[in-house]
Amino acid sequence: MCLQVEQVRLLDRFSNKSTNGTLYLTATHLIFVESSSNNLTSILHHHIASVEKLSLTTTGCPLVIQCRNFRVVHFVVQRERDCHDIYSSLLRLLRPVSYEELYAFSYNPKQNDQQREEGWQLIDLGAEFERMGVPCDQWQLTDVNRDYKVCETYPRDLYVPITASKPIIVGSSKFRSKGRFPVLTYFYQEKKAAVCRCSQPLSGFSARCLEDESMLQAISKANHNSRFVYVMDTRPKLNALANRAAGKGYENEDNYSNIRFQFVGIENIHVMRTSLQKLLEVIGTRSLSMGDYLEGLESSGWLRHIKAIVDAAIFLAKAVTVEGASVLVHCSDGWDRTAQVCSLGALLMDPYYRTIKGFMVLIEKDWISFGHKFADRCDQLDGDPKEVSPIFTQFLECVWQLSEQFPQAFEFSEWFLLQIHEHVHSCQYGNFLGNNQRQREELQLRERTHSLWAYLLSEKQNYLNPFYSPAYCEAHPVLEPSTLPYHFKFWRNMYHQFDRSMHPRQSILKTILTLRENSHKAESTLQALENVSEHLNLLFHTFGLFPKEGQYVQGQDDEDEQDEVGEEAVESTDMERTVEGSSGTESRKQSYGELEGTYNNELAKEEPAVVSLEFGVARMTC
Amino acid sequence: MEFAELIKTPRVDGVVLHRPFLPTVEGTLCLTGHHLILSSRQDNTEELWLLHSNIDSIEKRFVGSLGSIIVKCKDLRVIQLDIPGMEECLNIASSIEALSTLDSVSLMYPFFYRPMFEVIEDGWNSFLPEDAFKDLESMTDEWRLSEVNKDFSVCPSYPPLVAVPKDIDDETLRKVATFRHGGRFPVLSYYHKKNGMVMMRAGQPLTGTNGRRCKEDEKLINATLRPGKRGYIIDTRTINVAQQAKARGGGIESEANYPQWRRIHKAIERSNVLQESLIKLVEACNDQSHNMDRWLSKLEASNWQTHVKEILTTACLAAQCIDREGASVLVHGTEGTDTTLQVTSLAQIILDPSCRTIRGFQGLVEREWLQAGHPFQQRCAQSAYSNSKPRQEAPVFLLFLDCVWQILRQFPCSFEFSESYLVLLFEHAYASQFVCRLFLRQLHKTVSLWSWVNRHQEIERLTNPLFEANSLVIWPSVAPQSLLLWEGVFLRWNRSSKCLDEAYEEMVHIIEYNKELQNKVNSLRRQLAQLETEDPLLQTP
Repeated sequence: MCLQVEQVRLLDRFSNKSTNGTLYLTATHLIFVESSSNNLTSILHHHIASVEKLSLTTTGCPLVIQCRNFRVVHFVVQRERDCHDIYSSLLRLLRPVSYEELYAFSYNPKQNDQQREEGWQLIDLGAEFERMGVPCDQWQLTDVNRDYKVCETYPRDLYVPITASKPIIVGSSKFRSKGRFPVLTYFYQEKKAAVCRCSQPLSGFSARCLEDESMLQAISKANHNSRFVYVMDTRPKLNALANRAAGKGYENEDNYSNIRFQFVGIENIHVMRTSLQKLLEVIGTRSLSMGDYLEGLESSGWLRHIKAIVDAAIFLAKAVTVEGASVLVHCSDGWDRTAQVCSLGALLMDPYYRTIKGFMVLIEKDWISFGHKFADRCDQLDGDPKEVSPIFTQFLECVWQLSEQFPQAFEFSEWFLLQIHEHVHSCQYGNFLGNNQRQREELQLRERTHSLWAYLLSEKQNYLNPFYSPAYCEAHPVLEPSTLPYHFKFWRNMYHQFDRSMHPRQSILKTILTLRENSHKAESTLQALENVSEHLNLLFHTFGLFPKEGQYVQGQDDEDEQDEVGEEAVESTDMERTVEGSSGTESRKQSYGELEGTYNNELAKEEPAVVSLEFGVARMTC
Repeated sequence: MEFAELIKTPRVDGVVLHRPFLPTVEGTLCLTGHHLILSSRQDNTEELWLLHSNIDSIEKRFVGSLGSIIVKCKDLRVIQLDIPGMEECLNIASSIEALSTLDSVSLMYPFFYRPMFEVIEDGWNSFLPEDAFKDLESMTDEWRLSEVNKDFSVCPSYPPLVAVPKDIDDETLRKVATFRHGGRFPVLSYYHKKNGMVMMRAGQPLTGTNGRRCKEDEKLINATLRPGKRGYIIDTRTINVAQQAKARGGGIESEANYPQWRRIHKAIERSNVLQESLIKLVEACNDQSHNMDRWLSKLEASNWQTHVKEILTTACLAAQCIDREGASVLVHGTEGTDTTLQVTSLAQIILDPSCRTIRGFQGLVEREWLQAGHPFQQRCAQSAYSNSKPRQEAPVFLLFLDCVWQILRQFPCSFEFSESYLVLLFEHAYASQFVCRLFLRQLHKTVSLWSWVNRHQEIERLTNPLFEANSLVIWPSVAPQSLLLWEGVFLRWNRSSKCLDEAYEEMVHIIEYNKELQNKVNSLRRQLAQLETEDPLLQTP
């Protein structure tokens, strides 16, 4: 199926400029080709969050498409019928009802089965727990969930204290929402302190469960450094109280002899969804004033929520690394806020998670395997809009905020985070499909789709942070960020990643990466030249000839050489790095007010708009 | 008056100094005529030398007989001195108060300062109008250098030499001066080589309520237009403010009298509003509470970022008129010494690559701020901590630097200087051992800041390692999402910059390593080429 509509105008989001071109609708993508430059804007159907047909104007029928990767495109289609065709086709396409319709099942990067299998084997969580030092004398692997019998949203392999017997586990799971009983997610070997996660207890107003109490007792006993376990309820106290009426709730300190209970106050998925909506609304306003921007930033509450998550992670990291206490983290179901806090806390404590590979492992462990509901939260299938929420996006943003404070602590740059975000929503790779491991096995994702991690690792050099310093990480294994409010900034490169006019025209990151590449090239050139030179010198020695010092002609010759190096440099950087603008030559597609329309309309024309910010997904297979 | 009269206790031992992000130091406190000095009297420990003129305000606190003086500096730093003995503490406090608020210019430090460095290049002679004009002459013969103001009689705030259209004689200039606020008749600010368009600046026209007109003024500015071309007048006030100015004798260029000009009004705030903005912003930055909403709402309420956006937008507009529209521009506000200069100088940064070099930027500041008569002494007398009611104070120059920083952030490779250079200018605008802000006529007694900056070791510190000359016009984004809080100034003393500094070092290292490698490769290549030409027999088989 391919729909083609000529004479479509693409309007720039923040100025009055537009470009003409042709719109194509394929089975997987929406493509706009500019007629003047053949520039391509390509949007994967899965990225489209909503399509809106606005009322007819004199110039045509406007169609506004909002994407999950925060791209917003505004087309004007000349004929209303064409517009309606596109609109109705899109509506059908962007609401897949079964997983099999998702792009991942048709995406074929020309790999054979063996390569695909190798891709999936890159991340091995068993090995990850071994790296942490588990199993050990206090923690063991349990097979209680081998067949997803105890908890179907947990992975098969779970780690629990050796003193937690099967009856304790099963009993505890019955007392926890969705059966998500306390299990180990991170082990801080230095202090033998554990980070465990679970869901809320079904305590209601007074119910208690001896097995659950023994479970917490077992977690406590497994750590000789501390006489108590912190229980972090990541919800605001009010929410937890309200849950009691529904037979859920939180741990009563009187029943658990050895816990210290703490509310953290991260809001729920609905608040987060609304908050992001507000934020996007504010920043999507044209000719936004500074006052409205800052006020909107505040009233959206977005940065407040981000800060709350980081604060919670810091609390967790401190309890573990400073006090040497074990911590049990939960929220309601233990798959949203709990995932955020556990993964971010581990990232603060363990430099490994700040490497490219380690970060993949962290996501695979705390998010994918422990059942963050990616399908629901990212709206992969036509589902309940109330289940959609930017929980994972928030996690990525928290990491970005930290990387701003610690530019040398992360092996990856923000491009890596952006790329992961892109693919969480692209449904191009199998990793994030479905809501839990059990579902993924049923879908046979390992056999039928490809792994994102293999792809990302294959272009690892694109995501490196040139400032990363392993020495720094050795000296500062635990990050201690400040959470004073001014450390939290609006992440322009995420929420405006497709609005080029807002990006800096030159990027330090890109420049330095290019330099680094040049250096690597120069190193090998140098090596080669030295070899030749040695060879020649040998000849000279043999024949008793030596080059005379100080005879080298400077000047013209010198410049030629310089040019050559320069050219090499250009070639070597011909890669698809486009987060930030690349040169000062591109003209800014905006006017500074006033002039437009008042005196002379010439300015409105300027150069054609260039929308060429593609983030990976736009690989075509059709 | 002798300084000694003001210094009741010149020396106190056992004083403890607290500074942000530095270990406390115990030592001896000394007061001199210009400095507050604290030294631990041990080798290799840092001494504190603080200019009294850098002190914005002080607070005293007493716990028992231990007194503390909290010193708030104009560069926004806050330090605390614990002084044993109530009397000593009171004496020191009153001396600091007196010494930091000296009014007389000739008592100020620059007149006493003797450079400890060799003045290689006398900064006072580095940026003379004559030299700037030589460059202009090489591009066009439509302008001349007028000496009409050589004794400052026509316009006290202009330099003795100004560039004006060639066909306008001095007599006309004198007449125009009477029609412009402060005698600031339109003069050349910038010549755009690419298309020969110009930017001029002036004071507001003194039309008054009855619409006075001045033929000479019209003649002067029309002389800058090409035949059949129109120009823009950018008035940095809103139309309402500009209209109201008529009642006080000011006004605007009416369409009827200036048919070849299109007037555009922009709203850039001035004077007290800006000072309040600065005070609020600094207060917000120093608030250590962990409340996100409070921070954002305070940041918003300070309006600082709004000013940055407005100024940048207007400068971009001026640049756009010149470069894209191919039109000449006249910029003015009321006096033509504040918002006008922000706009004209920023427009030049956008348009002219030479203003983005270290030397070029000095030239720009010299031309568009010092020689153009920005009243530094009044504007920078007090900073954000002052308790006294602001009179003429306004962070006009700081806002300009902030805007330059915003452009630098967006074009990190297009400037030869780094952020440190801007921070340095901010510090010296408010308190300096050098002069770049006092009266022109007394300058020869003092040392120019540029003489100090342009030494090798300083230049190196202020150079941007990423710089690659870029001959293009650079259009910054003025969307609020693209503008950031200038942490290097406003959060400088509130957050540790250790991690950022280390990353910066790493960046410098990468750049230098790359240079070194490329040099090695080049020289080896040359050697090989040499070898091969020297003896063709030896060419590798």
